[in-house]
Amino acid sequence: MEIPYTVAERPDTGLNNGKIGIWLFLASEVMLFGALFATYLMMRTGAVTWPRGDSILNVPLATLNTVVLISSSVTMVMAWASLKRNNFAKFRLFQGLTVLAGFGFLTIKYIEYSHKFELGLFPSTNTFLAIYFTLTGLHGLHVIGGMAINAYLWGPGSKLWKTDPEHFTNRVENSGLFWHFVDLVWIFLFPVLYLL
Amino acid sequence: MGNHDSHADLDRQVKVYILIFITLLVLTMVTVAVSRLHLPVAAAVTVALIVASIKGGLVASYFMHLITERKLILWVLGFTVAFFFAVLLLPLWTHFDAIIN
Repeated sequence: MEIPYTVAERPDTGLNNGKIGIWLFLASEVMLFGALFATYLMMRTGAVTWPRGDSILNVPLATLNTVVLISSSVTMVMAWASLKRNNFAKFRLFQGLTVLAGFGFLTIKYIEYSHKFELGLFPSTNTFLAIYFTLTGLHGLHVIGGMAINAYLWGPGSKLWKTDPEHFTNRVENSGLFWHFVDLVWIFLFPVLYLL
Repeated sequence: MGNHDSHADLDRQVKVYILIFITLLVLTMVTVAVSRLHLPVAAAVTVALIVASIKGGLVASYFMHLITERKLILWVLGFTVAFFFAVLLLPLWTHFDAIIN
């Protein structure tokens, strides 16, 4: 049975099902991270002392990671725009760059985490590190999830372009929305954890 | 996003994406530079969150196409943002409204 409204707009919502689905999912994600940000806020305001992030964490590496993730958002949107221009080769290039940027982000994060562990700094060390590892760990899992979808659409999933290009373009747009959301979360995590 | 963007529209959009990219990089540097001023906590938090909100707004508006999105999506997000702030601020309210014996 064919899934309805993957390309055509539903008469009641004015949107295809994929689009409304991804936005509802992102709304639930906002609440997930919202709960963790609220936890951070409560722990910080309730603490007698709270360290400045830059006294424990590596700001230059995190700044580099911010640049990497922002760049990946641009390559992601360029991948979608390439499909809109019927340029599949450019899509492959930009989508591939997006996946590579995801790898870059995780590699930098791995270096950061490793250094903390070498210094004996773990989630159990103090409240600041507990919330730092929780928030960045959950964000990292989202990066891995986004990379998996983007890699699938770059590789085997791109077969759909030959049979139903508009449906494929919608899939890329929806995976892009998730990727931009991951970028958006980091935009707030970076100053909250590293700079304040 | 509509499905009928002309090539000229797409060319214009790509230029906007590049402009937004540069703006985001500049704002990232501004955030880091301001943190080095070691402002008082309240001022530092205010500046950092304003800059982060501008960056987030640019990503959501242009990369996520909210600026041209259907009203239904905007309504869904409007409710989400309202509940997000409720989750964020209600516990804080109870914290600053402690019972004093």
